[in-house]
Amino acid sequence: MRLQVLDKGHGFGTKVLFALIRTASRQPVLDVVKLVRYRSDFYGGPMSEITQEAMRGPSSWSVGDRELMAACVAKANHCEFCTKAHAAVATRAYGDNKKVSQALSNPDTAGVGEPLRTTLILLRTLTRNQIVNAGDIREVLNAGATPQQVKDALAIYYSFEIISRLADAFGFSVPSHEAFEAGAKYLLARGYR
Amino acid sequence: MTHIEPLQTALVHRILNGQGKAPASERQSAFSNIGLSGPVAKLVEKVVDDPAAVTDDDIDATKATGLTEDQVFELIVCAAVGQATRHYDAAMTAVAAATKGN
Repeated sequence: MRLQVLDKGHGFGTKVLFALIRTASRQPVLDVVKLVRYRSDFYGGPMSEITQEAMRGPSSWSVGDRELMAACVAKANHCEFCTKAHAAVATRAYGDNKKVSQALSNPDTAGVGEPLRTTLILLRTLTRNQIVNAGDIREVLNAGATPQQVKDALAIYYSFEIISRLADAFGFSVPSHEAFEAGAKYLLARGYR
Repeated sequence: MTHIEPLQTALVHRILNGQGKAPASERQSAFSNIGLSGPVAKLVEKVVDDPAAVTDDDIDATKATGLTEDQVFELIVCAAVGQATRHYDAAMTAVAAATKGN
């Protein structure tokens, strides 16, 4: 973590919480948790509300689909931390590691079914090119997505476009597979608040 | 049916208009990526265009101009939220265009 305040500048109550997390999970506290818990009224609180709504709010996309979309946006942004973190959640949600790894390697040929496949391609295009047009949106609609499903996917894009940029800018440490697994277990059970 | 717009508005309002360690005008400049100069402009530009290229030196150079870590934290957050907000709004405009008349 490039800023000391994000690593060690938390209040006493948050430091106690971190100690409990370390004890219960037997893993280090993930840097994303340190970020959202630092001066949480400024960024972490309002951002967590958005992420919770996008990832766990009402939607016809499954939790696994949404976690895969988050990992797809992170991968297109070259954010190793967020890609691994949300691939772990998607894998746990689907119970299918091959499906997730294939989709992240190449959404064009992934066997995830429509309209998810075309939606992943849209998110990759938007993240890489920083723009999509009405024609790009129509391709997803023609693949069977409803307008609301497209909007739901864009909400996930919004959240992870921010988070993956911050992960790289602040220099999040990429922890062990076991630490990501512990984080995935928590996110599936408790969500993002 | 996901509905993030009021939450998005609340986030943007908080980081730009709420209490902060950095002046509101600098937070707005980082959000818009307009009107900054020197090391902080370079840092914000990287957050916007290529966050993986941010280095320890970028942070150190920004702090050397007199900004505190709390101010750097706020400006990086504003830059990331600003860029995502512009792209999200443009994509939602594309959705409206694609579904017009349906």
